Amino acid sequence: MNTFKLGGVHPEENKIARNHSTETFALPQKAVVFVSQHLGAPSTPVVQKGDRVKTGQLLAKADAFICANTHSPYTGVITKIDLATDFNGYKKPAFYIDVEQDEWEEGIDTSETIEREIKLEPQQIVERIKDRGIVGLGGAAFPTHVKYMIPSDKKAEYLIINAVECEPYLTSDNRVLLEHSEEVLIGVEIMKKALGVKCAKIGIENNKPEAIAQMQKAAKDFEGTEIVPLKTKYPQGAEKQLVYALTKREIPSGKLPIEVGCVVNNVGTALAIYYAVQKNRPLIDNILTYTGKDVKENKNLLVRVGTPIRSIIDYCGGLPESTGKIISGGPMMGKAIVNIDAPTVKTTSSILVMTEKESKRKPQTNCLRCGKCVSACPMGLEPIQLSLLSKQHRWEEAEKECAMDCIECGCCLFTCPAGQPLLDLIRVAKSNIGAIRRERSKK
Amino acid sequence: MITTVVYAVVALAAIGAIAALILYFVAQKFKVYEDPRIDLVTDKLPGANCGGCGFAGCRALAEAVVKTESLEGKFCPVGGDGVMKQVAEVMGLKAEESDPMIAVVRCNGGKCNNVSKVEYDGLRDCSFANMNFSGEGGCANGCLGFGNCVSACKFDALEMDETTRLPKVKQDKCVACGACVKACPRKIIELRKKGKNDRRVFVSCMNTEKGAEAKKNCTSACIGCGKCAKACPFEAIMVTNNLAYIDFNKCKSCRKCVAECPTGAIHAVNFPEKQVKSETNEGSISEKTI
Repeated sequence: MNTFKLGGVHPEENKIARNHSTETFALPQKAVVFVSQHLGAPSTPVVQKGDRVKTGQLLAKADAFICANTHSPYTGVITKIDLATDFNGYKKPAFYIDVEQDEWEEGIDTSETIEREIKLEPQQIVERIKDRGIVGLGGAAFPTHVKYMIPSDKKAEYLIINAVECEPYLTSDNRVLLEHSEEVLIGVEIMKKALGVKCAKIGIENNKPEAIAQMQKAAKDFEGTEIVPLKTKYPQGAEKQLVYALTKREIPSGKLPIEVGCVVNNVGTALAIYYAVQKNRPLIDNILTYTGKDVKENKNLLVRVGTPIRSIIDYCGGLPESTGKIISGGPMMGKAIVNIDAPTVKTTSSILVMTEKESKRKPQTNCLRCGKCVSACPMGLEPIQLSLLSKQHRWEEAEKECAMDCIECGCCLFTCPAGQPLLDLIRVAKSNIGAIRRERSKK
Repeated sequence: MITTVVYAVVALAAIGAIAALILYFVAQKFKVYEDPRIDLVTDKLPGANCGGCGFAGCRALAEAVVKTESLEGKFCPVGGDGVMKQVAEVMGLKAEESDPMIAVVRCNGGKCNNVSKVEYDGLRDCSFANMNFSGEGGCANGCLGFGNCVSACKFDALEMDETTRLPKVKQDKCVACGACVKACPRKIIELRKKGKNDRRVFVSCMNTEKGAEAKKNCTSACIGCGKCAKACPFEAIMVTNNLAYIDFNKCKSCRKCVAECPTGAIHAVNFPEKQVKSETNEGSISEKTI
């Protein structure tokens, strides 16, 4: 069975919520929707305080190339446009909405019937993806339309769909595959048409046998779409690792997948594209997993963007006493939530409640020179070397040692028996190298 | 036997002479003229190589001074006016008098006023913590307390105050090289004029949130009420983005603003304690760290 070549680790899977079917979460009474919920230039608000908006109406417009539209997930009145605290504790501009009933904007199909025929032309599909505010739901929130504007000297051969869900605990992609298999496959057809490629590969790790079986059954009707079971190993969901596992092609350092003829998208994005193109629905909700070893009710929830995290926690039985950390995302790459009154965003794929015991870092001792971090690194880097260079502020040397190739998967930190903060230091180095590079490009 | 010795000596002497000749011509051919004043100026500089002047080190500053034949925009903060005067003498220029500066920490939250709400267990590095969250106390503009400024200081002029968990400037050691200013990811440290008799007044807060929000996290935050700006007879105080800032070029250290500030965010340092006309924050000002 295929997998990626170098390194990787096997964290405990803990997919506790895997068999819980998705519930639709009730609309909150008051919601906060961030103006920009993507990577790139900020969007500009197009509505004003006091305006009444309908579900699906445009709230903020993308002005730049790498930018995404934001739509209203609710029907209601915008009480103010002001700063709101995100889950990191930082302030960002946001729309405060008093939610009334749920009245969708005209032209949006809210029925559950599956639209199979793709009417739009490739150019129109890309326009629609841009218009409906689709961003990559794998976690980075990169505006999806950018990936579909391929430079003229490159050619796409494969569409790669990331359905591996390699992070422990997370089960939302699994639910998408089981509950929306046909929609996902139509989404993939749409993406194939937009790119003009014949072949799509959907990678699913073999710890989801039901999803693999169901997708394989459904994919029989779709020519050129292949379901590839992959050997479970973290971080298979990383772009470069997934491309290698599925095509045996290696993306050169510092380059994008298109360099080897691949375009990679998450399965959640495929579903969002299906809704955007076939139903004209903007990206205003997503499936998130609420999970943890000690939480009362593990759930997969269909949540509108802007729902307060606290209300989700309360709905699922409140925080257990043993709570040590609440994490947005998976335990490997997710970020700890500082402010649980913050609203969810387009890419909130999970709220993970970790126990005190799980969440504690290992006590830090001296490096043993065991080399475990080196063998675990899926990018073939030497994390210990990079972290030492970072400690001594030797940024240029760290750059030469390919610090920028680090994908921040956390395998080194996970495997280190001495509890060294390897990834922390590498991330410091990366941000400093980034600053140096920006300086250089200015000159 | 003796002839062997003679031959050896003669041969060696000949090789030596030829080599010397070649070396002499090569040295003449590839001679690089270096202005002797560079060495003279370098000798006058403190040799700390701190980079506080904006050049790569003391010699780089000396080279720049000699090359441009001017002292404009070139100032050694470590040596101050004394050293610049000596440099000016070497160069035959006139040194401009400048006011001595000092690093000032513009946050008075810390452990006491900006009480921890979450616990952080990641790398104890300010720039890393700044990437990840707003801080244990919740203030997104305040001091994170991991001491990047302290480790950046080459003059041992900063230390972490254990009770407040804020950096403290040792006034006698700070040379205003600006290394800490660069090290702070939140731009909390500023170089300000030392002031007459080392007395200075400044707003010890960087929080740009609206008053109510700012006060939620920190009891001593500037809430942008503007009372200080109204009280200032010299128009030295500007309130922008809910944050007051005292222009040290206009401030005459009258301390009217200190008495007005409802949260005690304006600090006056090195004033005799008795004369502080503070009603709202009696006794709390003089003890504050700078």
